[in-house]
Amino acid sequence: MMIQKKSWAGTLTKKYGRYWYKFKSNKISLVGLGVIVFVAVIAIFAPWITPYPTSAGLYVNFSQQKLPPSLAHPFGTDEFGRDLLTRVAFGFRYSLTLVAVVLSISVAPGVVLGLIAGYYVNRWFSAVIMRIADVFVAVPPLLLALSVASVLTPSAINAMMAVSLAWWPWYTRLVYSIASSLRNEDYVKAAELVGASPTHIMFKEIFPNALGSILTKVTLDAGWVILIGAALSYVGLGAQAPTPDLGTMISEGSQYLPASWWISIFPACAIVAVILGFNLLGDGVNDMFSSSIK
Amino acid sequence: MPLVFSMTTEKMERMSEPILIVENVKKYFNTARGIIKAVDGVSFFVNQGEVFGVVGESGSGKTTLGNMVVGIYTPTSGKIIYKGQDIAKHAKERPKWLKKDIQIVFQNPASSLNPRRTIRQTLEVPLKVHMPSSNIAERVDKLLEMVDLPPEFAERYPDELGGGEKQLVAIARALATEPSFVVLDEPTSALDVSVQGKIIKILMNLKKRLNLSYMFITHNLSLMSNVADRVAIMYLGKVRELAETRDFFLNPMHPYTRMLLSSIPVITDEEEKLKPKRIESMGEIAGALNIPPGCSFHPRCPFVMDVCRSVDPPLNELAPAHFCSCHLYTTSNNAYDKYKK
Amino acid sequence: MPLIQVKDLRVGYNVYEGLLKVLDGINFFVERKEKVGIIGESACGKTTAMKAIMRILAKNSVLMGGKILYDGNDILRMNDTQFTEIRRKKFSMIFQDPSAALNPVFTIRQQFYDIIRYSSNQRMTKDMIHERAVELLKQAALPEPERILDSYPFQLSGGMKQRVNIAMALVSANELLIADEPGTALDVTIEDQILRLLKKIVEERRISIILISHALGTIKHFVDRIYVMYAGTIVESGPTEKVFKNPKHPYTQLLIDSVPKLTGEGVPEGIPGIVPSYLNPPHGCRFVTRCPYAMQVCKEKVPPSYEVEQLHYASCFLYDNGENGKDE
Repeated sequence: MMIQKKSWAGTLTKKYGRYWYKFKSNKISLVGLGVIVFVAVIAIFAPWITPYPTSAGLYVNFSQQKLPPSLAHPFGTDEFGRDLLTRVAFGFRYSLTLVAVVLSISVAPGVVLGLIAGYYVNRWFSAVIMRIADVFVAVPPLLLALSVASVLTPSAINAMMAVSLAWWPWYTRLVYSIASSLRNEDYVKAAELVGASPTHIMFKEIFPNALGSILTKVTLDAGWVILIGAALSYVGLGAQAPTPDLGTMISEGSQYLPASWWISIFPACAIVAVILGFNLLGDGVNDMFSSSIK
Repeated sequence: MPLVFSMTTEKMERMSEPILIVENVKKYFNTARGIIKAVDGVSFFVNQGEVFGVVGESGSGKTTLGNMVVGIYTPTSGKIIYKGQDIAKHAKERPKWLKKDIQIVFQNPASSLNPRRTIRQTLEVPLKVHMPSSNIAERVDKLLEMVDLPPEFAERYPDELGGGEKQLVAIARALATEPSFVVLDEPTSALDVSVQGKIIKILMNLKKRLNLSYMFITHNLSLMSNVADRVAIMYLGKVRELAETRDFFLNPMHPYTRMLLSSIPVITDEEEKLKPKRIESMGEIAGALNIPPGCSFHPRCPFVMDVCRSVDPPLNELAPAHFCSCHLYTTSNNAYDKYKK
Repeated sequence: MPLIQVKDLRVGYNVYEGLLKVLDGINFFVERKEKVGIIGESACGKTTAMKAIMRILAKNSVLMGGKILYDGNDILRMNDTQFTEIRRKKFSMIFQDPSAALNPVFTIRQQFYDIIRYSSNQRMTKDMIHERAVELLKQAALPEPERILDSYPFQLSGGMKQRVNIAMALVSANELLIADEPGTALDVTIEDQILRLLKKIVEERRISIILISHALGTIKHFVDRIYVMYAGTIVESGPTEKVFKNPKHPYTQLLIDSVPKLTGEGVPEGIPGIVPSYLNPPHGCRFVTRCPYAMQVCKEKVPPSYEVEQLHYASCFLYDNGENGKDE
């Protein structure tokens, strides 16, 4: 098949069409993508599309207190009379920011350290990097984040730092295992033999081949980051009131269970939906880079 | 003296000058389960402009040997002398001119080209390292032309190419630095016979044009008889027979060579005649961790004698330029005499 | 009636670029007790045809037409119960990679027992199963069956693993054994042993075998009759001797010529050009793009099969109207 002129769309199709074809080969991945796009749109446009934007902040209206779901308040209202639908939408905002901050802080150093440790697998600094990573990995991420967050003053920023600290070693380990096996590939040997620099080999030869696994992990991890962030908030070490955070909402709402069930159940469902969405999306990303689908 | 004559003698002299000398090279790997003697005392030389064939099955050490020549492995002991210098070290410790001068073509083009890089990006790597001041884009086009590939292939990814085309790209990459010695590690084994011819033809033309010397590693004896000037056969890390190609095929000496020859499923009656009287292939190639004592081939040898089980025969010159390491030719043996009849 | 008769089989694969039309109406048959070889280069559809017989085609495959008759019944349209019976009792297949068919985390004993148990209709006692396994391993020329049974696949050499695969295949191959490049992944001397063993076994058990290979020599020394495949079509068929002595289709001629000879007359040129894409294969003869004798008609029509000599067929317009020339 001839590729039409070098139009922008043509090049794009040539390069990414196959990825999209592979992604959609599993229809459930499309559901995941749909959920995440939906959540992202709501999060981005929350101030403009939510019915009661003021409910996002310090707002009290005791006349509307703990109203069950109705047409005016589809998710009901909380103990201060704030609209829960609005707060959930703003909660997505916080969750996605958390994901973006944590992953952008932890993935890059994790990947670079993994590349170095994997490429120089028999050198002393590789062992040092990996042992440090092991120490972090040995502590469950939630526990580590909890202990770090408890030392710092509870705030959204500190919670993000705490989660990031727990996260980078997983990328180091992932990339380490990929790099230490790819370094034996013939194309790496060929580049070494002509005298290509280690930086070239790590970033131009090995990294592009690890990208698929990294992106898959990023997508799958997004769900986990949200969960841990919510857990931190739930125990009061994360985002502080009045920031609308799904974890905080569940925690506050739990005092009113079971009578005013909607206060914690709807935020909980929202978390489940996002995590599930990211997991399904992750499967699709995995398919995109898989060689078994042609 | 006519000019033509003096040129011929000069050329002949250059032909017979060894470019590579391998002296008692060993490569042992320490593993959790013991020492693997992948290459165990191998000596040979390769003349300038020659195709030196190395034949062997799995575990013979032929690939390890080729890897030591290019510097993927450092020999445990022994010397590798290239153009008069000992180069028995890892590529990382070799001077830049050596990395330019010795290149390798790997067996499987699917794994020797990075799947996420275009052909141009792959071919640019050696050029950027060794000829940074040249017009790199132009050189990439020239390299593709050299191996008979159209210039538009430069923008493609390896999975858009056929197996033979990929191997041609790998050859172009090896020749990018303008080397004088190339190790060809089973360059056509992963390809169909119908494209093998083209690859070999291009390799041989380039050898002539660029004055290259090849160390050609393969398990395919039929191919070897067509491309090599001299052939060495390896079994479990040792050279068992080494001779000029014609002599090697007309007068194979080592029982392993004979077994290998008789195992080849040939097509024509003329070939059938060339095969030694059938020595049935038997037994398994021993594992690298438990190489049999004495001659490592003795458990599979139809002419095995007591001495073979304890003493490893040396590589002797049994006929002019024909070396073989086998007790049959130094001890009188009934089984062999019977076989000859 | 032949044991297996494949009629006008068409199989494609769905991929991103579109539909790969791989098998383009192939016809072949295997008689009882017959050794049939299929020769062809990589990706010419040999394995696809065999997978169709065993009903193990990949998920993205598309069956576009044709029949595979076994005893007059179409395998492709049997229900699962009917076909399971065939898989248990009649057919079996050996693959190129000896490790791929063995599960690395179980001993040979566990895997072998399961296969014997599964393929039997009656309940078998452990002793009966064991006896059967040992007997089959011995037939596959494995001298210490007990030691083999207790091994994990990684403890065995490639040749031994392939023997184990043969022994396992014999559990159900009571009528047909399909061997897909059984020696290609092995060393030359070991491949020779495996092929001699296979030949001995199929002759002793009086079963049929379809041997697939890209190595002409291997096929020549093994089978009674061969089919030559090119780009999803069968271009030539006939008794082995006749096809090798007097190849008729230009592809077969060029293929035989491209094998380097031990006698060393230089490496042959090979076949110019490349296999056409299965996305848009030529309309007429699929070899037309590489054929030195290509004519106008070859581009327009699919060549029928001509009987060029007794039982020797070639699908090539060169043999139209009884004209037999041009092959020298």
